[in-house]
Amino acid sequence: MAEPFLIGEHMTGGYGKSGPDILHDCTVAVDRGEIAVIVGPNGAGKSTAMKAVFGMLNLRQGAVRLDGQDITGLSPQERVRHGMGFVPQTQNIFTSMSVEENLEMGAFIRDDDFSETMEQVYDLFPILRDKRHQAAGELSGGQRQQVAVGRALMTRPKVLMLDEPTAGVSPIVMDELFDRILEIARTGLPVLMVEQNARQALEIADKGYVLVQGRNAHTGSGQELLADDEVRRSFLGG
Amino acid sequence: MDLLNAVVALSNFVLVPAIAYGSQLALGALGVTLIYGILRFSNFAHGDTMAFGTMVTILFTWALQAWGVSFGPLPTALLALPFGIAACMALLLATDRVVYRFYREQKAKPVILVIVSIGVMFIMNGLVRFIIGPGDQRFADGERFIISARDFKEMTGLDEGLAIKTTQGITVVTAVIVVALLFWFLNRTRTGKSMRAYSDNEDLALLSGINPDRVVMVTWLIVAALATVAGVLYGLDKSFKPFTYFQLLLPVFASAIVGGLGSPLGAIAGGFIIAFSEVMITYAWKKVLGYTLPESLEPEGLVQLLSTDYKFAVSFVILLIVLLFRPTGLFRGKAV
Repeated sequence: MAEPFLIGEHMTGGYGKSGPDILHDCTVAVDRGEIAVIVGPNGAGKSTAMKAVFGMLNLRQGAVRLDGQDITGLSPQERVRHGMGFVPQTQNIFTSMSVEENLEMGAFIRDDDFSETMEQVYDLFPILRDKRHQAAGELSGGQRQQVAVGRALMTRPKVLMLDEPTAGVSPIVMDELFDRILEIARTGLPVLMVEQNARQALEIADKGYVLVQGRNAHTGSGQELLADDEVRRSFLGG
Repeated sequence: MDLLNAVVALSNFVLVPAIAYGSQLALGALGVTLIYGILRFSNFAHGDTMAFGTMVTILFTWALQAWGVSFGPLPTALLALPFGIAACMALLLATDRVVYRFYREQKAKPVILVIVSIGVMFIMNGLVRFIIGPGDQRFADGERFIISARDFKEMTGLDEGLAIKTTQGITVVTAVIVVALLFWFLNRTRTGKSMRAYSDNEDLALLSGINPDRVVMVTWLIVAALATVAGVLYGLDKSFKPFTYFQLLLPVFASAIVGGLGSPLGAIAGGFIIAFSEVMITYAWKKVLGYTLPESLEPEGLVQLLSTDYKFAVSFVILLIVLLFRPTGLFRGKAV
């Protein structure tokens, strides 16, 4: 089997130089045109796994490869230049700047004309077009998440990583965000995301990773995991 | 007629000086607020940065005067200003390279950087006194008044005169130009926007590929220009004395904090609030009240709330009030 587009393989490590290991031999991957979801109980290391893939963690073992290239030694900034788009869980927008300026800053590393990409983002999130001159900090939670995703899309990334994109938004907004993420994935952009709302996330996922205490507990397609008795019992709530 | 006289007296002794002083404070406070917003510490060396830039400008002014260069009715110092700004930029970049960068790499806490900046302040302070001496220097030349009190009286036939010094006019015009340029830069250019982004959310700015070293460098360059312009305008308007510039730190900081640290608009508003309060509280109101009140109520004393020696107390009190009741300042800056 060909290697997935982005893979963090056998990752072991924790925060800081001497912090305790949070991840233990953990593997997550996403392939072209797929949505891969990392789920698990609180404190399972979901976000940590995502950060490890993005280079915000010192890995003691394991490797991260993007399109076959080993990027384990690169800083997060360098990974952005290599085509990784990352949306942090919190503080993921410039609150004092307008929506349009947020998108412009997203495209900071691009020297070419990015107005076309901005149009695509506005087409994807029409509400942002209406509010483009408004300060991003004045928007609602769901709209802020749209700004955050839009900002990450401005670099035209080859893979998009979302850390709990639906944290703190209402169920209706959450459904809408999931629809948008599906739409993004349909354009062929691989999406790797961490989600609290495991059931909904697994429903749209091509691949799911259930982490427990920093280890891979279950791996499979979203449907397989939803159908798995043990997964259901242990944390989907029956 | 009495009312007109009162208005003229008020303009002459309060409005015009306060607007000029407020512009100078605003320019100083903009520098402080930019450092706070982007480098995330209170730069206590700012007053002495102003002194250094002004000193170099004065030295070049003297050189130009010695060569017989003059700027017609305008002060020669304006011609020397670019040299002062350049020297100040060089000094700040060198300081950053030698001192601040070390602490940035250590990810030192803001309070440590504040203490470091106090050390830098003493060094700059010593440097300036060593080069130009601790004494008072006057370096304004050219036409002294745009309109003198006597001309005004002759023109209008009023008892009260309104004098507008050339330096006051220059101060306001320069401040308007500098502030307009700064806001254009921060809101319209890519580099300016990246500075605001860095100030807003450092981590996300890094993720967006904004180069922090470049942001820091551009910040120092802008701060050097602002500090030198503010210092030269103040020196032209009053006089240059290293100790006075060190003392200016207080009203400058008060302006930045009152407006909201990190907010450029707040720094300008704060500058004028502090300047007007200082001038109005230390002004002897006897004359204005004499014109406006009926004769029976005419005050006997000077009606001066505080002697001018206490003018720094005014900044302090305003600072205290703002910190107690609205710690983020009028324009919602960052909490101190």
